[in-house]
Amino acid sequence: MSSEQPASNTTMNSAQTCLTVAGTWAGFRRMAPLSLFVIVFGMAFSVAAMQAGLTSTQIMLMSGLVFAGASQFGVLEVWASPISLATVVVITFAINSRHLLMSASLYPWLRELPPRQRYSTLFFLSDANWALSLQDYYQGFRDVGGLLGGGLALWSAWMIGTAIGVGLGSGFDDPERWGLDVIMSCFLLAMIFGGSNKKQMILPWSAAVLATMAALQWLPDNTHVIVGALAGGLVGILIPERSEQKEAAS
Amino acid sequence: MTIALTTATGFLVIAVMGLVAYLTRIGGVLIMARMKIGRRTERFIYAMSGSALVAIVVPLAVEGDAAARASLVATSAVMLTTRKTLLAIAAGILVAAGWRALFVY
Repeated sequence: MSSEQPASNTTMNSAQTCLTVAGTWAGFRRMAPLSLFVIVFGMAFSVAAMQAGLTSTQIMLMSGLVFAGASQFGVLEVWASPISLATVVVITFAINSRHLLMSASLYPWLRELPPRQRYSTLFFLSDANWALSLQDYYQGFRDVGGLLGGGLALWSAWMIGTAIGVGLGSGFDDPERWGLDVIMSCFLLAMIFGGSNKKQMILPWSAAVLATMAALQWLPDNTHVIVGALAGGLVGILIPERSEQKEAAS
Repeated sequence: MTIALTTATGFLVIAVMGLVAYLTRIGGVLIMARMKIGRRTERFIYAMSGSALVAIVVPLAVEGDAAARASLVATSAVMLTTRKTLLAIAAGILVAAGWRALFVY
């Protein structure tokens, strides 16, 4: 892809992939507003986790290590003795399987980083910082700090929210009432409409929508992101390449 | 395999969860590293990554309540007219919260 964005490479930033402190700090600050809302979800998770019988230390550790809200809530549903480790693995894997695709989509970029930076940055991979970084990458921006810094902001907010929830013991457990459950989808939707490549993506995205809806209807839970993304990717190969180059040149 | 849930085994379960979650995060890169990346693969990744975004949002549009759907419409409208991300998200939250305050709670 890099060969297609010569203009933006020179205007946006250096063309060399790197991971800088300045870029990480910039990414942190850029994700800070959204992270404030993540605090509320952290609180909601703590409240749910305490009701499920986890200790405070366990709750903090789960948020810190897993850092993926949906799968953490998912495991709470089966948190009872005796617990099936296989079920926990399947839930965690299935709900987080979209990370596989997100991580694969960043490969052309991350492969140029030293392994230690690459694999520590990936620990903080989450929907929001991935979406923002992907946009950066296709616009020719090369500092992976945006991904790491954004992830650190989200992780910190998740931990702060979890800690507040543990401290309060109860209280804020109804994010829906305040419209907070739609934040992440609204953010990702804004990313979709904010991209510069909308016209050439009409067909792949339409295929993704149809495949996702079909998967929601007929396939097991949590397969829809994989199915939709793969369908969109396949259609992306099938459409003529010409339009892609024209778009990039404009 | 089931295990009795004690404080100690609870930590084990959490550690396993953390490991699985991390493997999904590095898994995509590890798999891609073993593939030959040609022009077609690049185009596949490019279309797939945007499609993953779309696929994450679709369930709320399909299965969400009216407030959630209205919030997605509001976010799209504000984003397309102003191109300001935070404004678009704020509009989505306000519409969802306002709708629920009026018609649900």
